[in-house]
Amino acid sequence: MTNAGDLRPPSTLPLDRQATVQSSPKVSTADTLATVNAPASSISPSNTDEVVLDITDLNVYYGDFHAVADVSLPIRRNQITALIGPSGCGKSTVLRCCNRMNDLIEIARVEGSVKYHGVDLYDQDVDPVEVRRRVGMVFQKPNPFPKSIYENVAFGPKIGGFSGNLDDLVQESLTKAALWDEVKNKLSESAFALSGGQQQRLCIARAIATSPDVLLMDEPCSALDPVATFRIEELMRDLKEEYSIVIVTHNMQQAARVSDRTAFFTVDTDRSQRTGVLVEFDDTGTIFTKPTEQRTEDYITGRFG
Amino acid sequence: MTTTTISLSGNPKRHRRERVVKRIFWASAAVSVLISAAIVMSLIGRATTFFVEVDKSSLVDIGWFPRRGLYDLLTPLAGTVVVSLLAMFVAVPLGLGAAIYLSEFARPRVRRFLKPILEVLAGIPSVVIGFFALTWLSPNLVQRVFDSAGIFSMLAASIGVGILITPLIASVSEDALRAVPTSLREAAFGLGAKRSETVRKVVFPAAISGIVASMILGLSRAIGETMVMFMVGGAVGGGIRELNPLRPGTTMTAAIASVATGSDQVVGEGLTFESVFALGFLLFVFTLVLNTVSDRFVRRARERY
Repeated sequence: MTNAGDLRPPSTLPLDRQATVQSSPKVSTADTLATVNAPASSISPSNTDEVVLDITDLNVYYGDFHAVADVSLPIRRNQITALIGPSGCGKSTVLRCCNRMNDLIEIARVEGSVKYHGVDLYDQDVDPVEVRRRVGMVFQKPNPFPKSIYENVAFGPKIGGFSGNLDDLVQESLTKAALWDEVKNKLSESAFALSGGQQQRLCIARAIATSPDVLLMDEPCSALDPVATFRIEELMRDLKEEYSIVIVTHNMQQAARVSDRTAFFTVDTDRSQRTGVLVEFDDTGTIFTKPTEQRTEDYITGRFG
Repeated sequence: MTTTTISLSGNPKRHRRERVVKRIFWASAAVSVLISAAIVMSLIGRATTFFVEVDKSSLVDIGWFPRRGLYDLLTPLAGTVVVSLLAMFVAVPLGLGAAIYLSEFARPRVRRFLKPILEVLAGIPSVVIGFFALTWLSPNLVQRVFDSAGIFSMLAASIGVGILITPLIASVSEDALRAVPTSLREAAFGLGAKRSETVRKVVFPAAISGIVASMILGLSRAIGETMVMFMVGGAVGGGIRELNPLRPGTTMTAAIASVATGSDQVVGEGLTFESVFALGFLLFVFTLVLNTVSDRFVRRARERY
């Protein structure tokens, strides 16, 4: 069994430990979670070594099924981290542990820790609702609410008790999602009137309207055509100035194009079950040009998967 | 070079069998149309006779005494309106509450246990509910709360009818709620919505057409319900126009039933017999309109998302 943590380049190891310690003076209540969440602007954007989400020894079980084993993965600020690998390798499962979406699956059980600015998301007193307001999510298929474009974007801020100018926030979010110019004259129309690509950008606008600092994207382009995919990828590059992005993708070219770091997962066939494991995690350039692991190279070069 | 003619016309025996099968199904569909038509025809004939020959001044009088020539149609109409509306007051909160609990909150194990119970409740014959309303609800609930109520009252009947239609409303609206795609719930949870917020602001609005349809179905069932009112309503043979639910009253269906069963063994004079057809016709129109409206809603529900 490969220990994913050992696969990180040695130079980054002390740094992320340091960052974790800096931002986590042993606190764990939901209240402290609120104070730890500093706006992105207050921290120098050049400090991309800061670890926003630190996944350590993550094991996920669905009932008796061991879905993901021993994953350790630091997600850094203002970077795009891509999770790639064949179907069933647990990359979506890992992603969904980052905002506790797995809580919705009754039989799911999570072991290990996912530290968000030093606070373990799986601590007893952490409210998943609080977590999801800071760690936004964009899904595989565009899933706008059957409401107007405006209401879709305003939904998160409204339930979050946003008290500022909602119109401005909606405009700002839609602008960041590169959708404003296309929809500014039809904000009250149904979100279903938009094309698939526009709907997905609307979902991104909706996610960033709650001002999260991490965006999780679960194969956000798999239901889109190449043009719409291209636009989302461009958008992601803009968004990483402000957010830390984790993207699950089946498309290796996409990972190579947009991400800074890439984690390669696979299904461990040595085990009795089809358990997902992290094989290698490194800079995207390294993963795609000179991976350390044979399994990574086989996958990248299309020998399997 | 030999040319062989390929026959693509198929086996004539199979064609014949196909035609026969088609005719059998056509016949079954035709029978239901015929029966509906026959019902309408049988109603219209006598109802027309009644409306043509009746002394118009007796159509609005102090009450409904068909055997004495007082055909105040407003009496059974008022009874129907009072009883079905009160029944809805009982059934809508109970039915919707159960539906929301089953679809959004109940764990699968609880759901597997509760759903069949609900279905058993739906299968209880109305005569049993009528008996329950007369011997238990009326003395133990209605008469205890309201001193002025007798053992026969429209209120006791209303609660009985309400219990009768609760499972219908619960089961149809539960279907509507469950038909809302999981992706919408995930979107709401992903934005940090609590379960109750997700239900109130996303799932419920998305299912509203189906929920309204369930209510209209419940209402038309309440209007058509005969036995409970017949047993508990009191003034079945005829009665004074009454809007107070604590007093006995009659509904259109109970009035028809009492003349049809001849509970007082009197043939009646003049148009007694015909008056029942007039009521029946009114009732038919009433429920037809409701069912059409409900059908619209159901169709709209299908198109929503």
